[in-house]
Amino acid sequence: MTISNTETSSNQLGSPSNLGSGAIRPVVKISNLSKKFASNGPVIIDNLNLEVREGEFVSLVGASGCGKSTLLNILSGLDTASSGSVELAEQSTLMFQESALLPWLTAGKNIELALKLSGHHKEGRKARAQELLELVHLPNAYNQRPHELSGGMRQRVAIARALSQGRKILLMDEPFAALDAITRDLLHDELIRIWEETGLTVIFVTHNVREAVRLGQRVILMSSKPGRIIQEWDVNFNEPRRIDEANVAELAHEITDRLRNEIRRHAN
Amino acid sequence: MPTKPQPLEARKEAIVSLSAGLDALETTAAPQKSRRNRALKTLAPLAAVAFVLAVWQTAVVLQLQPVWVLPSPAMVWQSLVDQAAQGILFESAFNSLRKGVQGFAISLLIATPLGIALGLNSALRAIARPLITGLQQLPSVAWVPAAIIWFGLSDATIFAVVLLGAVPSITNGLISGIDQIPPLYLRAGKVLGARGFSSIRHIVIPAAWPGYLAGLEQGWAFAWRSLMAAELIAISPALGPGLGQMLDTGRQLGDMSLVLGSIIVIMIVGVLIERLVFSPIRQRTLRNRGLVVAR
Repeated sequence: MTISNTETSSNQLGSPSNLGSGAIRPVVKISNLSKKFASNGPVIIDNLNLEVREGEFVSLVGASGCGKSTLLNILSGLDTASSGSVELAEQSTLMFQESALLPWLTAGKNIELALKLSGHHKEGRKARAQELLELVHLPNAYNQRPHELSGGMRQRVAIARALSQGRKILLMDEPFAALDAITRDLLHDELIRIWEETGLTVIFVTHNVREAVRLGQRVILMSSKPGRIIQEWDVNFNEPRRIDEANVAELAHEITDRLRNEIRRHAN
Repeated sequence: MPTKPQPLEARKEAIVSLSAGLDALETTAAPQKSRRNRALKTLAPLAAVAFVLAVWQTAVVLQLQPVWVLPSPAMVWQSLVDQAAQGILFESAFNSLRKGVQGFAISLLIATPLGIALGLNSALRAIARPLITGLQQLPSVAWVPAAIIWFGLSDATIFAVVLLGAVPSITNGLISGIDQIPPLYLRAGKVLGARGFSSIRHIVIPAAWPGYLAGLEQGWAFAWRSLMAAELIAISPALGPGLGQMLDTGRQLGDMSLVLGSIIVIMIVGVLIERLVFSPIRQRTLRNRGLVVAR
């Protein structure tokens, strides 16, 4: 990154202090976040602190009940924190486990609706939708209905739809959990390629440790009931990684052991 | 920088060919409807009509009842031809249909905002839904005497009865449709930035459409029935001709052929509206959303 680039892109939170230093601004800053659904109910998320840098790919992994989906809901504005604060320097969008494509619209029209609701001009919407479908390698899907597409294709359309909103932060809630292994591997490659091309900041929630290691630059392990961050790993493997590579497996092994210990704690 | 110097382009190419292969494997062409099925669908209703006519004709030939109680199909047909020749049949049918469509359109304009408001606001619904369900249970013909006292023998009476028949059905259908919206679509709508009116327009109404459509179909059936009942009871030159009046004329003249003929026309108009308007919309909706497998 050159200095002039940094200057033009430093808006909002951008402090000039990181000029050329390689220190990248945080786009997500979560401070002392806690969440309860009822005031006398159990604590879902307990005093969580997390910073995510611009352009970073963070995997968030944990067992059931760790509040990882709740955390994404709070980040995306679908839910609110009970206490603490969440600061986003950019707008975010959220992708769900199921594709959440609207079944009454074709793939292309799903994207066009997202463009329209993001304030995109009427003219050029169709062309932009087609362009995004081509980006996810579905050039012929424009007129297809969601039910005519396979699960993997639907999630690719969902990625295209999320990208159409032009948000800089992509929150993903177990988006590939319902897919078969072959399709999931492919979508991992796709997602990383798109992330590299677009420079998005991605927070990827999963209960699949290998997936977390395959994708993330950083893997964050959360405890369950209440949800807290218990450990973090930096993943310094180069792309293209593969989920079946030895270094991925080795780190996944270590994280899984830690996760299992955490789960055992709940046995009694 | 990757240690393995595999350029982005090559990786992309590998992904493209792999996805194309997977997509080809995972999608199957929709099965074509067989010609036999299509023929069956057209012929079956005709066969049913032919069967009824045959039973009817047989009963007439066997003289089970005197002809003034059970006229033959040919007599009924002749009676309708006579009415058509005098210009009464088409004028009556057209007039009734016009009132039915107008009443249905007004019902739609009232029931749609009502259904959306009650569907989205649970407090409002708790108050209003029992009333609406009560109205739906009540045959709207029961309102005819009251409507005549309030509005006299005018179109207002007819429309009041039609509205009381159709509005509760459409409203309840829309409320059920809204209740059945998968929460995921509402969340997706929010994530896409749909708020307030744009959420209703782009998410709520299309997502509730199957239930809404069922309500519309039922609402039309109720509107048509209510209209016939009202026309049968409220008879006045001010109201002009109608199928209900034609039926009542047959009763007054003791002309069973005209009575049966009128009934058949009322039925045919109802069936035609269902087949030509609602059925295609329903088929299209189900097909578009993948809610039906091609049979």
